[in-house]
Amino acid sequence: MELFGDFFKQLYDTSGWNFVIFYDQVEWDRFIAAIWTTIKLIIACLIFSVVVGFAGAWAQGAKSRIIRYGMAGYIQFFRNTPPFVQILFFYFVLGNLTPSYDAGGYQEAYIGSFGWAVISLGFFAGAFNTEIFRSGIEAVPESTVEAASSLGYTRLQSYIYVVFPLAFRVCLPALNNNLVNLLKTTTLAYGIAVPEMMYTANQIWSDNVNVPEMMIVLFLFYVGLVAILVWVMHRWEKSMKIPGYG
Amino acid sequence: MASPGKKANGWTPKQPMVSIKDLHKSFGDLEVLKGVSLEVMKGECICIIGPSGSGKSTLIRCVNALNDIQKGSIKVEGLEVNDPNLDKLELRKKVGMVFQQYNLFPHKTAIENIMMAPITVLKQDKDEVAKHAKSLVRKVRLEGKEDSYPGELSGGQQQRVAIARALAMNPDVMLFDEVTAALDPETVKEVLVTIQELAEEGMTCILVTHEMGFAKEVADHIYFTDRGVIVEHGPPKTFFKKAKDPRTKEFLSQIL
Repeated sequence: MELFGDFFKQLYDTSGWNFVIFYDQVEWDRFIAAIWTTIKLIIACLIFSVVVGFAGAWAQGAKSRIIRYGMAGYIQFFRNTPPFVQILFFYFVLGNLTPSYDAGGYQEAYIGSFGWAVISLGFFAGAFNTEIFRSGIEAVPESTVEAASSLGYTRLQSYIYVVFPLAFRVCLPALNNNLVNLLKTTTLAYGIAVPEMMYTANQIWSDNVNVPEMMIVLFLFYVGLVAILVWVMHRWEKSMKIPGYG
Repeated sequence: MASPGKKANGWTPKQPMVSIKDLHKSFGDLEVLKGVSLEVMKGECICIIGPSGSGKSTLIRCVNALNDIQKGSIKVEGLEVNDPNLDKLELRKKVGMVFQQYNLFPHKTAIENIMMAPITVLKQDKDEVAKHAKSLVRKVRLEGKEDSYPGELSGGQQQRVAIARALAMNPDVMLFDEVTAALDPETVKEVLVTIQELAEEGMTCILVTHEMGFAKEVADHIYFTDRGVIVEHGPPKTFFKKAKDPRTKEFLSQIL
């Protein structure tokens, strides 16, 4: 670690390239904290958006017209407005309307900026996931659904045990795309001061005036994260492959 | 298994197990069934034959409420299928169905296909279901194929899994919708043998089929449908030899 730090200190002294995070303990700690916040944010958003997509695709096929129209409205809203505006709306508008508690002289909201980022980004990507899962559901043959209902499955049981597992496999490539997009979109949480990588990088370059260096770090960081996500998704896709099917 | 004696709805095993009266079914403006009536007693095996488009498949799909009907009555063990408040689960516990295209769940192995519904739908104990499934695998002669996925099985094997899957629910009536139509001639036999054994064990069966030889041998009663009505019916001996209606005669002359 010391050698590593010395190298970057040397680099700064000789060339002027200031990768301060690699030799200054305070900035290093900030950087590491940002990595964890970013990873937590991404995992929470991914899970939430997939759950929203699962439930949304189910609701789209509901008998009740109100639920179906509600879903269509939800998808239109989140698909047709910028995610950055959504985050600001959730945090500043809805955040003001939700309950808070007395944190010793000032009011602290139960849902903080991290929570609102997860909720708004989850709903944003969830709208796309809903459409992605719907495309998969439409690819499941009606006759397979009939076989399930003739065995006594309710609509929900057949969705959980038969339709969704098949649909999910069909739409995994499209889902991968959307989740990669979501991963990158989490940088918008910067706008409501979630101390993730984008926000922290901005703080660091404001303090050290090393914008190009931190930009390089940012790019490499997200390239690495996306590579990991894509690798995991491909492994998953492989493990779910059914012998003799598709 | 059919519980003996009188049921809550007044049905007794002495009455027809399936009773269809004046059944009318339309798809939009197209009337597919125009007043069909038939009765199946417990333990009987009936075959419905007829040209394509005559409404055979629609008829048996109505029996387990996969198709709704416009007019008439279908009773399965006294349970009225054409009742808006029908408990579909109650009906589908009584009626098993096997399809032309097998319709297995491709993401589950053969044994999982058989075990899924009793566990999920009937909430039966997993070990009990596994035991039952194993005996069904033996019955349809698929030992060794338990852990194969449907995509790894031949058509005839898949269809036998589908039969076992339906039997796992312990139905009182089995519906077979042209179950050999998608199979090649050699594998047709292995499926028919399985059905024949079922019929001989006393399972009530309703078959839609083009296998005349099989119908002749196994059926207790044969119904001939054409253009949405039952043109003629009777026990196989009289039906095949002494058909009266010209439409039946023409049909039989083309296939026999």
